[in-house]
Amino acid sequence: MDAPARRRFISVLAGLAAMPLLPVRAARAQPDPFAPLILQVTGGAPVKAGRVTIDTPRLADNGHSVPLKVSVQSPMTAADHVRSITLLSEKNPRPVMATFHLGPKAGRAEVVTRVRLNGTQRLLAVAQLSDGSFWSGSAEVEVTESACLDAS
Amino acid sequence: MTGDWFAHGFFCLALRVFLTGAHLRLCAVPSLLVFALTASAAESQRPVPSKSGIEFASADIRALQQDDFANPGMLWIVRGEKLWREAAGKESNSCASCHHDAQASMRGIATRYPLLDPGTARLINLEGRIMQCRERRQQAEPLRYESEELLALTAYVAHQSRGMPVNVTIDWQNRHNFEAGRALYYRRVGQLNLSCAQCHAENWGKQLGPETLSQGHGNAYPAYRLEWQTVGSLHRRFRSCLSGVRAEMLPYGAPQYVDLELYLAWRANGLTIETPGVRR
Amino acid sequence: MVARVQLPREAKSGEVIEIRIAIQHPMETGFRYDLAGKPIPRNVINSLACRYNGVEIFRAELGSGIAANPYLQFYTLAEASGEIEFSWVDDAGERGSERASIAVVS
Repeated sequence: MDAPARRRFISVLAGLAAMPLLPVRAARAQPDPFAPLILQVTGGAPVKAGRVTIDTPRLADNGHSVPLKVSVQSPMTAADHVRSITLLSEKNPRPVMATFHLGPKAGRAEVVTRVRLNGTQRLLAVAQLSDGSFWSGSAEVEVTESACLDAS
Repeated sequence: MTGDWFAHGFFCLALRVFLTGAHLRLCAVPSLLVFALTASAAESQRPVPSKSGIEFASADIRALQQDDFANPGMLWIVRGEKLWREAAGKESNSCASCHHDAQASMRGIATRYPLLDPGTARLINLEGRIMQCRERRQQAEPLRYESEELLALTAYVAHQSRGMPVNVTIDWQNRHNFEAGRALYYRRVGQLNLSCAQCHAENWGKQLGPETLSQGHGNAYPAYRLEWQTVGSLHRRFRSCLSGVRAEMLPYGAPQYVDLELYLAWRANGLTIETPGVRR
Repeated sequence: MVARVQLPREAKSGEVIEIRIAIQHPMETGFRYDLAGKPIPRNVINSLACRYNGVEIFRAELGSGIAANPYLQFYTLAEASGEIEFSWVDDAGERGSERASIAVVS
């Protein structure tokens, strides 16, 4: 090919090479898998991103048991506290993983547990506060396959 | 298996020469002598430095094993403690009837297993001893290998030696078991044609897929494996590895596994018992 | 069902205390098959509640997305001495309970 075409070709290649090395997520162009789940939880009320944090390892040892901590910034008083936290999964066969009901006597809006994850995915936690508002936070977990088949 | 150790010896020797230059000094010595050598030559087969599987585990698993409440294996210890005091059999005796407080009577016991049962002159592991006691002393219904009850009792007994170093002795009485175990350890098996040694002696510390290969010690067993979502025995772990290399799995309690356990225990000498361990 | 509860034996009034529970339960998903090829029916602890002197302070609706041998850790304000009691039920209808005492000093 001639010089200008070659330069264009190389610059396109360079542009592609400069893209992030993480797997390309076509999810951007597709409908958000969390949308119908959030609707189930909130009944259509708006959800604001923030205040909710999910702590999980970036890479899980094994999808059967992954540690997870979900916490919500809240003074946890009678007037201002977290009523509930719902954990949603992007890829699990049953996407609503758990719902935790707290209250003003909780002292701290934090729950720790261990979850099952069906492959690499995003998790979403939706918290409802005492004023009826909804807040959310998310995390991404890489779940790999075991190196060896285990038929023990 | 033990019958063809002579021919197998040459095979193993050839394998070792092929795979590890470090063993070249042995290639001038006939296989017969290799196996007749005292522990000093076999010393070279212990990994250096010796590291428990927990050292190859992630931060999460290390934290989980160390947390005596969150460690899921501890649920089996609680169950084991209940079973220890539960009456069974003709005379309605419990383990406690003879052995009283396990914390005292069972302390250090697991560090010496597997060992030769004086009555039958056969190598017996901890599970085997518990099954034997149950059948002969308590005269109760036998416990199946890998049953919840046997797992709980074995874990409970082994747990009483937690923190103590593995301490098996190889002498003229169990040497043939030791050598059978070692032969199995170095034998290539399965469709993938791999031996225990290739992963756990020659490539520990390296990656196999997303996982870091450990040295393959048994000091944390019975252990809670995330993959199993339950506590399992060392024999289950053997079966798991055998299926991993697409080899036929021997049944639970197979004498070949018990011989292998002896070799593994010798290999792990000095590492501390961690039961109930947590592994992925 | 073997279950263990951990919480401080003593706390100051108004202190936020950590409560932990671990239950031996397979949390069978319903997606697994036995060696004969038959599907193993789903059986998970679906509901768990914690009461402090009779008043519910925490409740969880759980599913197969919670790992086997479920572990939960949460918090509560130490108010009065008494009993912290757990109760749960699984899909098969089997119930479990566990309790621990707490002494609250002012």
